[in-house]
Amino acid sequence: MPRSASKTSKKRTQPDSVTSSATDPVPSASSKKKSCKEMDATDQLFYKYANTSSGVIDPEGIEKLCSSLKVPHTDIRILMLAWRMKAARQGYFTKAEWRIALTALKADTINKLKKALPELEKEVRKPLNFRDFYAYAFKYCLTEERQRILEIETICKLLDMVLGSTFRAQVDYFVNYLNNQKEYKAIDMDQWMGFYRFCNEISFPDMINYNLEHSWPCILDNFFEWMRSKQA
Amino acid sequence: MEPKIIDFEQGWDYIETGITALKRHSESLPVPKFTLEQYCDLYTAVYKMCVQKSPYDFSSQLYQKCCETMEEYMNSTVLPALNEKLGDEYMLLRELVERWSNYKVLVRALSHIFFYLQRFFIVRESLPSIETVGMGYFRDLVYNKLQSKVREAVLALVDKEREGEDIDRKVTKRVLEFYIEIGMERYEQDFESFMLKDTASYYSRKASSWIQEDDSINDYIFKSEQCLQKEKERVSHYLHFSSEPKLVKVVEHELFVVHENQILEKTHAEKQIGLGPLAKIFKQHVEDTTINAKEQVLIRKVIELHEVYMVTECFQSHTLFHKDLKRAVAGSDALLATFCDRIILKKWGSEELSEEDIEKVVMFLAYISDEKDIFAEFYRKKLALRLLLNRGVSDDHERSILTKLKQQNRGQFTFKMERMINDLTLSRENQNSFKEYVAKPGIGLTVTVLTSGIWPSYKTFGINLPNEMVKCVEVFKEFYETKTKGRKLTWIHSLGTCHVNGKFDQKSIELIVSTHQAVVLLLFNTKDKLSYNDIQTQLNVGHEDLVWLLYSLSCGKYKILIKEPATETVSRTDVFEFNSKFTARMCRVKIPLPHVNDKKKVIEDVDKDRRYAIDATIVRIMKGKKALGLQQLVSECVQQLNQMFKPDIKTIKMRIEDLITRDYLERDRENPNMFRYLA
Repeated sequence: MPRSASKTSKKRTQPDSVTSSATDPVPSASSKKKSCKEMDATDQLFYKYANTSSGVIDPEGIEKLCSSLKVPHTDIRILMLAWRMKAARQGYFTKAEWRIALTALKADTINKLKKALPELEKEVRKPLNFRDFYAYAFKYCLTEERQRILEIETICKLLDMVLGSTFRAQVDYFVNYLNNQKEYKAIDMDQWMGFYRFCNEISFPDMINYNLEHSWPCILDNFFEWMRSKQA
Repeated sequence: MEPKIIDFEQGWDYIETGITALKRHSESLPVPKFTLEQYCDLYTAVYKMCVQKSPYDFSSQLYQKCCETMEEYMNSTVLPALNEKLGDEYMLLRELVERWSNYKVLVRALSHIFFYLQRFFIVRESLPSIETVGMGYFRDLVYNKLQSKVREAVLALVDKEREGEDIDRKVTKRVLEFYIEIGMERYEQDFESFMLKDTASYYSRKASSWIQEDDSINDYIFKSEQCLQKEKERVSHYLHFSSEPKLVKVVEHELFVVHENQILEKTHAEKQIGLGPLAKIFKQHVEDTTINAKEQVLIRKVIELHEVYMVTECFQSHTLFHKDLKRAVAGSDALLATFCDRIILKKWGSEELSEEDIEKVVMFLAYISDEKDIFAEFYRKKLALRLLLNRGVSDDHERSILTKLKQQNRGQFTFKMERMINDLTLSRENQNSFKEYVAKPGIGLTVTVLTSGIWPSYKTFGINLPNEMVKCVEVFKEFYETKTKGRKLTWIHSLGTCHVNGKFDQKSIELIVSTHQAVVLLLFNTKDKLSYNDIQTQLNVGHEDLVWLLYSLSCGKYKILIKEPATETVSRTDVFEFNSKFTARMCRVKIPLPHVNDKKKVIEDVDKDRRYAIDATIVRIMKGKKALGLQQLVSECVQQLNQMFKPDIKTIKMRIEDLITRDYLERDRENPNMFRYLA
């Protein structure tokens, strides 16, 4: 995008004027001005992707963002970005949310954002954060008001995206199980978190430390028995 | 540079040398170990010979040769080795397992060497794999020829072991594994079935001789139990686990069931403790769903014995008996309740059962039932039918049985049933008042008012009543209002009975029908002929129910209505006509309605009740404790519900999850094993 590119180069040469934008130009050279400029840059970046009538980045905008970042639409890093900004609604980023994330990542241009992604991923994958991220992933997909469960199809895709790289085997088997069983048509948060605990605590695929009498959600008990019957 | 073409003879010679070394290696002969390098060399040779351009592409010839090699090996080495040992059973078995094991090694090695063939040529030509061919040879040339001899050898060993000799269990196990590898059906048909027959005749002989020997019943039982135990051990040592139940059944049959009468006589005569077999015998008979006179005698005997133990101070035997018997009759609660029903109605062959007898039997059966709530549910349903259809059992009698049941079972076992009997008594009193209220005779209406929730729930369907009946209903409603205000009456016509006078050509016959049936018949007072649609419109009854009604009146034994066309089933296009030519020998005829089997429904109802009970218990416990770990919650739950049924941990877990989704509970964030009550 030529404009942002020129903006970048302008930044490198210490601009002393601001190009016309929605914000008011501030002529002082204080640090306050500098942070304002950064905010403006962030804002300007926001408006590149936002829907002009609604004032938020909508699914179309996110797609555009993805192609700018050269990241697939269904990539986990977009979800991570959403997590970072605590995006409330799936497929939409508000300006406030946008600012939170980009400020934290110290990025105000598309390239800086792109470069910040690996750092973001590292951050998310820290054990304390990842659990939170994992829970967030589920909530993020709840689109209806008062919705508490997600359909099996969604769950399978989500598991693949979120846990596929770290717990490949568990995800593959569990997804296989979910697609073959008929008892559950949807998963709730408790079962979702249960699976994360399962991946972390239970040795796989032998599952020798699994105990049916512990408080694992019933769906995992069923999964366990299903695995055992396959292994026999 | 073009690679040198390997000509077939040359190539095969090289490979054959390798195979010979392989054969020796598979037989664990002292040869230098077959190295990985040698494998690779052979593999490469095969590979080269397969990728050479035509006409030097020798895939097909290699495949051929490989198969021939295996076949030749079978004929020249394996079979002669086995034939040599035919004279000695044991040596035959040993040779068999060894040769089998070696052969498998060889075949596997060959399939590795010829793997390139497998991947391309064999797949392309849809040929059987080398392993398949190899196994096939063993099966056809060895197994089929020798298996009966092998089987005989094994069975001989088994009998030897039964007689107390030590046998080589390892070899026996490997032989049977061999059978199973050939195929499970082969194991079952070529071995197991013969083994079971052999077992049966062995124990048949033993049982006869032991009984003759005038053993005390204790000794007989002891010996028999020992045999059973040994047979089970046998399974774990060398038989396939699926043989166990079949084997046990055969042994039990020969030792207990065949001689059951003698066993019971002995037991009774000696007043000895021999409860295991009794439980088994009882179980075999209880499993049979049609109880006939023979079983009655048998069960009577068992109950007599039960009495004996109740009276003795031998607590040990008492609990043992119940444990065994309980296990034996697990799952037959419907049956037990049916049994009770028949006994209570004295519908038992020609023998008259005294009140005492009946009470004893009912108590006994209630006691041994493990899932009391299922038994109670069936009993309640049967009681309801007895009470409602006036089957001529006195209230006092029913009450006395209930009292005894109550003594035996703490808790709410008989609460509903007592209320049911009360309802009946109350209804009878009401009926007298109702008669007075009506004053002017003309309405021959008897109403039984049932308290909802106490009686089993009955399905009924609405129907447009004829004017005469509507009037009756109205009058009763008025009357009932004078007795109690603010109660809603729902009419269950499906349980009602009507006496309808049918004025047929030959003679008038009184028809005893259900209310619904009567309503249908009364339609024909105004018109002789009515179509299905006419009837449905006038009565406003659903298709399924109406078909059921019309079927009973036109396709059953007594055809009060003539159906056109006279097919076996009722359809929407049929037309019905009053059958004026109908007649019967009696002047009063009952037209039955085919009954629906409701066993499944009872179990569903009980399951539902159980779920509510578990939910309520969990909530109650959690409300009190605020936070509790899973194990504790489960044990408290089980303790509180123990009177009526034993919930298993899986069901409790499911109910907990359900309560979580309904926001009664939540899982603790820090400790996933802990649950909290959500106010």
